[in-house]
Amino acid sequence: MRAPDSPVVAKGDALLAVENVSLGFGGVKALSDVSFDIRKGEIRAIIGPNGAGKTSMLNCINGFYHPTDGCITFKGRRRARMRPHAAARGGIARTFQNVALFKGMTTLDNLMAGRSLKMHKSFFWQLLRHGPAMEEEIAHRRVVEDIIDFLEIQAIRKVPVGKLPYGLQKRVELGRALAMEPELLLLDEPMAGMNLEEKEDMSRFVLDVNQQFGTTIALIEHDMGVVMDLSDRVVVLEYGRKIADGKPDEVKRDQRVIDAYLGVAH
Amino acid sequence: MASEAAVRRPGIEPRMVAWLFAALGVAALVVILAIAARTGAIGRGNLVYDVVVDPFVLMAQAPDLLVQTLWEGLVSGVLYALIALGFVLIFKASGVFNFAQGIMVVFAALTLVGLHEKGVPALVALVLAVGVMLVLAIAVERVVLRPLVNQPDIILFMATFGLTYFLIGLGELIFGGNPKQMIARQLYLPQGATDAAIFGGRVRFQHIDIAAAAIASLMIATLAVFFSKTRIGRALRAVADSHKAALSVGISLNQIWVIVWFTAGIVALVTGIMWGARSDVSFALQIIALKALPVLILGGFTSIPGAIVGGLIIGVGEKIGEFYWGPLLGGGIESWLAYMIALLFLLYRPQGLFGEKIIERV
Repeated sequence: MRAPDSPVVAKGDALLAVENVSLGFGGVKALSDVSFDIRKGEIRAIIGPNGAGKTSMLNCINGFYHPTDGCITFKGRRRARMRPHAAARGGIARTFQNVALFKGMTTLDNLMAGRSLKMHKSFFWQLLRHGPAMEEEIAHRRVVEDIIDFLEIQAIRKVPVGKLPYGLQKRVELGRALAMEPELLLLDEPMAGMNLEEKEDMSRFVLDVNQQFGTTIALIEHDMGVVMDLSDRVVVLEYGRKIADGKPDEVKRDQRVIDAYLGVAH
Repeated sequence: MASEAAVRRPGIEPRMVAWLFAALGVAALVVILAIAARTGAIGRGNLVYDVVVDPFVLMAQAPDLLVQTLWEGLVSGVLYALIALGFVLIFKASGVFNFAQGIMVVFAALTLVGLHEKGVPALVALVLAVGVMLVLAIAVERVVLRPLVNQPDIILFMATFGLTYFLIGLGELIFGGNPKQMIARQLYLPQGATDAAIFGGRVRFQHIDIAAAAIASLMIATLAVFFSKTRIGRALRAVADSHKAALSVGISLNQIWVIVWFTAGIVALVTGIMWGARSDVSFALQIIALKALPVLILGGFTSIPGAIVGGLIIGVGEKIGEFYWGPLLGGGIESWLAYMIALLFLLYRPQGLFGEKIIERV
């Protein structure tokens, strides 16, 4: 479901373009003059050492931060600043580095909350919880149940997510983002703190989401094996600057990237 | 591990045993006291008798009085629950303890009565009062909450103090400080009373009390369902849990805050009408809103069922306490008993009956 006036981006074209984006907090420059694009249908990895500005970049894309300079074009619309609400409405969903779930709510309710923007029945009908509002509730519940099946989390549907182990919380968070039926999915370290088996599961889900639903994915990840396997293209940040951009193989051989990760002898 | 599980018999926990012993102890005490009272070992004038036996003898001898007391306690309990609900809604959604809830009750009722005094028909005045509460909600969100977002809770709490005094000033400026009569008749609220014969006595039910209990219960039920089962309700809980995550799924914090403050305003208006009809509309009315504090401590700040149960316990508890135990202390215990109960609760169960358990990781 996309807004009627927004242009349809063909596969392979740039869905999102970041142009000369800088971001400063007081005297600290988190990002300086970063440009790259994310093409429709690809898995784009953003990597770099700790503090390189990866999460700041995601925060700019979904409107949590406003770039001090430069602009971001999403689906052909160019913006200097975007509000998180507008980003979500435009089809950008995300997960967080340190899992941000609604801990007191069940898995089901978390996913249903992800569909907030798709539900339109008025306050009045909801107050009655009858008629159109009820039909709407049922229709969306069906979509959510499909996502639950897809992520194989049927067993924890009614468990408050605060009680779940970390790996499952990450999966629920992915589910909530998927419930938004996003065009662009931002994943901030989806495999951080996971064991090998959980990582393999999560990698499979990321690939499936990309292939089955055609969702464009931007992904921050530290596990180089995962990044090289999953992504179509990689952008490398260091100290808030872009130091490399290209296919995983090219990036892997880039001397500046090797230096950034291993350190240079001075 | 396996052997330990086998040794422990299922269903019997140390906690249950403790409760069992406590219950047995109380039962034994009752029997002993009953025998002592029968044989005349203790009687009127003895402190133990006056405190532990006499009130119950009175209850048994005049059940109609007991019913009357319970009914009055129930009515104020439901109204307390309604006020507490106003607090809980705002606390859940924005983490703010809204000190201004009490004055919102007065302000809403004053607006209604004041407009009617200026010649506006009662029902139109009611609609306008609802409109004023909506404007207030939007103004609070714009002027107070939005600029103070991400500030420590204590700052927001102090801001609600400011709001309280602002509303007192505004109310006095527009409508004057004199107590007013609630326009109960013009709003088609029932008048008069019915006497019912119960247990050989007569129990008096004020019609306005019946209406208050019914309307408040209906409102509580609607709000409880609304906030647990619908999209906006889910969004509200989502905002309460994590602002960041709520923003990322496209929930608008500003919109939720307006909805919540508006709902709290409506709750204030209904409370103001009902309580105003039982006494009158004056600034003293905000004191009853403070009664919501012990209710919240009892029920837990984050729980809607807690607000309901807490309200009933406090309402019934203080009426029973006043009627049966009050004379021992020269009466008037109604005004402080609720706070004493709350204090005891704070010592033993600071999260309240239904609140989320407070776990602080160090």
